[in-house]
Amino acid sequence: MTTRKILLIGAHRLAILAYIALALFPLFWLLKVSVTPNDLLYSEGVRMWPSRTTFEHFEFVLRHSAFPVFFRNSLIVSGATAVVVTILASLSGYALSRFSFRAKYWIVAIMLLTQMFPLVMLVAPIFKLLSPLELTNSLTGLVIVYSAFNVPFATFLMQSFFDGIPKDLEEAAMIDGATQFMAFRQIILPLTLPGIAATLGFVFTAAWSELLFALMLISGNDAATFPVGLLTFVSKFSVDFGQMMAAGVLALIPACLFFLLIQRYLVQGLTAGAVKG
Amino acid sequence: MYISALPREERQDRRPLLKRIAHAAEPYLYSAPALVLIAAVMLVPLIVGISYAFRDIQLLNPFSGGFVGLEHFRTLANDQAFYRALRNTLWWTGTSVFLQFALGLILALLLDKPFYGRGLAQALVFLPWAVPTFLAGLNWAWLFNPVIGPIPHWLHALGIMSEPHNILADPQLAMWGPIIANVWWGIPFFAITLLAALQAIPRDLYEAASIDGAGPVQRFMSITLPFLAPTIAITILLRTVWISNFADLIIVMTNGGPADRTQIVASYIFTQAFKRLDFGYASAIALVLLVLLLAYSMLIVLLRQTLLNKD
Amino acid sequence: MASIDIKSVRKNYGHFPVLHGVDLTIRDGEFIVLVGPSGCGKSTLLRMIAGLEEVTSGEIRIAGNRVNELAPKDRDIAMVFQSYALYPHMSVADNMSYSLKLRKTAKEKIASAVGNAASKLGLDPLLERRPKALSGGQRQRVAMGRAIVRQPKAFLFDEPLSNLDARLREQMRAEIKKLHADLKATSIYVTHDQIEAMTLADRIVAMHGGIVQQVGSPLELYDRPANLFVAGFIGSPGMNFLEGRYRLSGDHADVELVDGTLIPIAPRPSLEPGGRVTLGIRPEHVVMGGTAGMEASVDLVEPTGFGIILHLSLHDLPFKVFTLDRDALKAGPKVRVEFPGKHLHLFDEAGNRVE
Repeated sequence: MTTRKILLIGAHRLAILAYIALALFPLFWLLKVSVTPNDLLYSEGVRMWPSRTTFEHFEFVLRHSAFPVFFRNSLIVSGATAVVVTILASLSGYALSRFSFRAKYWIVAIMLLTQMFPLVMLVAPIFKLLSPLELTNSLTGLVIVYSAFNVPFATFLMQSFFDGIPKDLEEAAMIDGATQFMAFRQIILPLTLPGIAATLGFVFTAAWSELLFALMLISGNDAATFPVGLLTFVSKFSVDFGQMMAAGVLALIPACLFFLLIQRYLVQGLTAGAVKG
Repeated sequence: MYISALPREERQDRRPLLKRIAHAAEPYLYSAPALVLIAAVMLVPLIVGISYAFRDIQLLNPFSGGFVGLEHFRTLANDQAFYRALRNTLWWTGTSVFLQFALGLILALLLDKPFYGRGLAQALVFLPWAVPTFLAGLNWAWLFNPVIGPIPHWLHALGIMSEPHNILADPQLAMWGPIIANVWWGIPFFAITLLAALQAIPRDLYEAASIDGAGPVQRFMSITLPFLAPTIAITILLRTVWISNFADLIIVMTNGGPADRTQIVASYIFTQAFKRLDFGYASAIALVLLVLLLAYSMLIVLLRQTLLNKD
Repeated sequence: MASIDIKSVRKNYGHFPVLHGVDLTIRDGEFIVLVGPSGCGKSTLLRMIAGLEEVTSGEIRIAGNRVNELAPKDRDIAMVFQSYALYPHMSVADNMSYSLKLRKTAKEKIASAVGNAASKLGLDPLLERRPKALSGGQRQRVAMGRAIVRQPKAFLFDEPLSNLDARLREQMRAEIKKLHADLKATSIYVTHDQIEAMTLADRIVAMHGGIVQQVGSPLELYDRPANLFVAGFIGSPGMNFLEGRYRLSGDHADVELVDGTLIPIAPRPSLEPGGRVTLGIRPEHVVMGGTAGMEASVDLVEPTGFGIILHLSLHDLPFKVFTLDRDALKAGPKVRVEFPGKHLHLFDEAGNRVE
């Protein structure tokens, strides 16, 4: 019995380790190549760690390429999208959580529908609609498009967080003399801070990764986001692996930071939203 | 607080009209900004997009724009590339969803019981989910590249490959590249969802079953699976739809090549719109994809209904 | 402080009625307890007074003013919730002063009001704590403090003690009573616990199925329950009921039980002879140990320490007796029970009390 137990525990830990190795290896390789000097890149191709490391690729990318601009653009677009979506989703999620009204069923249905149809279908019409408004090739245009794409899921996410807060609290506040909106702002929102953080992180990551619409709507370097910049870089100079991977590592940093911020709430928070969305 | 806005209940309301309207409008005011945005950026373009499917819309051709009726659909019916993309979509979606689900379920079961360092392990195994998809695609493309990546060399060393070459360039194997990247990136989603569902199962059920003499396998079959079934069903349905629309990895890793072997319908639409700037034809394909996905969803829902009725 | 008038108030959820026309006048400074089993509509009525539920029809007046259309914040009432509903992210002092801050009360006034309430409730050392760091009883006190700082027109209590353990509940019950004697504030208190109702109320409103069954002082409800529901609900252990028929012979009346036993009662002119009636007697009023009366078999003996509850079978129906006599512990398999006439309650076929 005890040997069997030890074997089981050993197998369990080994399996976990295998998953961790699978999850981290590609990222590790990215990091490894990004610090490998060019002259060792091919001679030490499959070595796990180069015999000599360097930050010259990072230096080049930061000093002599357009990546800082891409990085800044992506930061602006993702940050603005995350803030806009979180504000809108808090409001609409609150409406879905606390009111029962006629159109509720339809609002939920529309939001579910937006999660079902292929977004590629919107590429052409959105381009056509945005260009007369001069919102193509503009970060504002991207923020508007990304916000709309992320609002439905974020609404369900925020709704599930609001559902977890007892109604008694805003009833108490309303009896204490608050309007429903004041109760929402002063009592409910402060209690939803973890949910707000999770939503911010989720939307930021989603906007940071978006590629298709960025490719379609942005053509110049000035407004290019990181995905667009990296992809153009790859197709133009597909030989300088060290620099590309250094840029890749840089692109990874904000996403990973936000992930670490929200991962505590993932299992509790995302469930309801994830299942619905 | 539930505020019902039924007129029947307001018959004897003596508030001024404006106040009454403001009261009934409150939930709409909260949801209006989100709805306006969704309508403007998603619903209106959706309808416009459907109309494009029947028009000749070419971005660089100023004389285009006229109605062509079912012209695009006739072209589509004879478009061999489209049929290949359709087959590829089935292969891409089916394999990705199956592997993501199977590996995700195992991971969720491994993480279900507390053990020393679970928090850290969870953060690490879920990390791929945070990696931007384009980067995941590039990253795996590099790993498969014999110049820079280790995988071809390992396969060669194991004797699976005669010489280290790039599977992304091999028409027979190319689809496995995006699929593997997709599975790597998508396991956490299934694991997170299933883990949350697992943790919602009351623990005393397992205790009761153990006392009744059920072994681990019996406990899994009689408690875990039935409790997970609804989550599994809905997650698989939604992920299937989502992955069949998910073109990022393919566009980044193979761009549909070699020889269209990795072209799925979603990436085909993107190629038509982005590379050939033929918005009309792209919209027609998108409409067909939408109809197919709706049909699939309806089929699943119906299937579920009949299965439920049988019980 | 104010009076509250409730006039033919109804409440429907969709087409489903939960309150069928409630009329009630609550005097200034009165302590009213709404009591009844869960689902009887007592909480709905309270929430309608608070403004948390809309009134389907009828009228609620506080201090003479119609409040149907007023938002909760404009009704000037305070409420203590079953869950206490303390704001988790605010300190005790902030919880208590929130309502005053919303009303833009001057800082010094807020400080003195909070200070007064805190010392009245013994909360002084806890003012800077968060609700999470308080025990159940302390949270309960903060909830009360939050209500009293405002000096509202009325206090509403929604089962405020049901989350406390038995000992603490007893203690808080006494504190609420003391507080009411001190503040003389109009109070409406919802509970399903009849002991709380009996001990706290100036008047009890017994509710069942969305209908007010009886309104009266606690002893009125105990001594002269208006119907079978009130008779069975008030008192513990509950009243015994025996089915029978009303018999009249000259100026002498009896209830004939199923086995033919005749129980003499005072004549009730309003009853038709031969009609079905229900006889009620409280377990504590049954007399045992005599040689007269009916024979019953003993099923179970429950000593409570203070007294003894005997579970009997009388004509094969369950019947309870409560006695302070310790000899009952040694009761044999059979006992004799007698019903003193002055403690008998009689209900007609519709279940209403007949005098």
